[in-house]
Amino acid sequence: MKQYPFFKVSRLLRLSRLRKYIAFFRLYFTMGLQYRTAAFAGIATQFTWGAMEILMFRAFYQSTAPDGIAGASRFPMSFAATASYIWMQQAFLALFMAWLMDNDIFTSIMDGNVAYELCRPIDIYNMWFSRSLASRCSRAVLRCMPILLVAVLLPAPYGLTAPASLQAFLLFLLTLALGLAVTVAFCMLIYISTFFTLSPDGIRTIAMSMVEFLSGAVIPLPFFPDRVKEILELLPFASMQNVPLRIYSGDLSGYAMLRAIGIQAVWLVLLVGIGKLLNRAAVQKITFHGN
Amino acid sequence: MITLEHVSKTYKVSKRNAGFSSACKALFRREYEYIHALSDVSFTIQDGEMVGYIGPNGAGKSSTIKILSGILIPDSGTCLINGIVPWKNRISHTRGIGVVFGQRTQLWWDVPVIDSYELLKEIYQINTHTYRRNLERLTDMLDLSGLLKTPARQLSLGQRMRCEIAASLLHNPRILFLDEPTIGLDAVSKLAVREFILQLNKEQNTTVILTTHDMQDIEALTNRVILIGKGQILLDGRLEDILLHGSSAEESLAEFYRSHGI
Repeated sequence: MKQYPFFKVSRLLRLSRLRKYIAFFRLYFTMGLQYRTAAFAGIATQFTWGAMEILMFRAFYQSTAPDGIAGASRFPMSFAATASYIWMQQAFLALFMAWLMDNDIFTSIMDGNVAYELCRPIDIYNMWFSRSLASRCSRAVLRCMPILLVAVLLPAPYGLTAPASLQAFLLFLLTLALGLAVTVAFCMLIYISTFFTLSPDGIRTIAMSMVEFLSGAVIPLPFFPDRVKEILELLPFASMQNVPLRIYSGDLSGYAMLRAIGIQAVWLVLLVGIGKLLNRAAVQKITFHGN
Repeated sequence: MITLEHVSKTYKVSKRNAGFSSACKALFRREYEYIHALSDVSFTIQDGEMVGYIGPNGAGKSSTIKILSGILIPDSGTCLINGIVPWKNRISHTRGIGVVFGQRTQLWWDVPVIDSYELLKEIYQINTHTYRRNLERLTDMLDLSGLLKTPARQLSLGQRMRCEIAASLLHNPRILFLDEPTIGLDAVSKLAVREFILQLNKEQNTTVILTTHDMQDIEALTNRVILIGKGQILLDGRLEDILLHGSSAEESLAEFYRSHGI
């Protein structure tokens, strides 16, 4: 009982410290909601892209290999599951596309405006993290509904099918949040690398294409050869969109799913830890060397 | 109170000669030059003082301001601001200072000014009562009522500067650093900003440290000037000390620089 008041005070302190980052989230979330034209354009693009991808997969599923075995029987996911995967991916694209980065952060580091941020009582890592989360969420909120709606109305097997169970749906939401956090934590490393290089472009280009290919954004990871897939699933990239999309489409369940969620959590902790260390080194560098 | 004692700062800058062959050489062996931005700088500023910190470009003004605001660590020397070493406890130090860089912006570009203020309220953890009171007072003094709902990007430079200054004062800082606050402003805005700073200093006893190239700012605002050149303090006293009979402040200052070989 004696420790209770102390516990309460320290918790309140932590909460009040969190408040400023929540305020950042709110501001950037509302800021994102004002870009309506961009959202319309995004919806149109994502819808077209999703449809094209599904038609492409349809061609593969309907093809027959030279040995006479139908393509569909060799594919790791059913066609309906692949269609669901693609629609969900397009609807929540803004949460996971690594290339959707905040250019303001890059310019503030390069032109030195970041000094202004350091003149305030804030931790820049936490600030940028909540900002990035917020702008991704607001983009996704604006874009997901029309895409989901149309996808649900499409006839089977081209449309979006309901999740396997309520439990699968809840786990989808959980891993969606985890995957978003892993994506943002990864992007943070790229932002912070700008402190150490003259231009972020090189690292950015390499990182973007790696994420794109290795996270299952181009083709879902189950379509990779088994040995390759085993390795890919351990990488941080697989902890982004791969887990929630496959849980939703029913491709990932049971032990494999629990393992995937565990890996997501480990990567989140690791990436945030590395990011905070790098950030501290970066702030040291600025304060010691003046730039 | 601000005390700076024997503060020195050296930067390492990479250098090479012009031309292709030196560029190739620099690939393997970089040459550096050490620039003494500050050497043995000391001064004390009392609470409520208004000090003009002046000097030619590259004299070390920004480095000093950066040290005072906790974002640059000197190589040697000590600095105490209200009992805190700025860079050792950056977060708690920044709660007590306000900073305006005339050439940069601290307002969020795409949102109405008031949204930026609300965010600053959370960042500095200003309680609602204090925030309301300060906002009201600043709106009144700086004539912001028509501007608060406008996004920062649509404000004119003079309007924006008034909003910037208010933004730096919402949390009642005891010390205000103004880095070229009147740069690029028209006559009316300049006068408004000056008048406000005088009033702030008189009413709130806020310590103001002002860096500027505008000698009229200095004449209008400060009694004391600290003049720095090549990283060293050349004068700590009154502007009148260097005024030459029959010349403007600007000409006198230029003559003073010349006589010190800068």
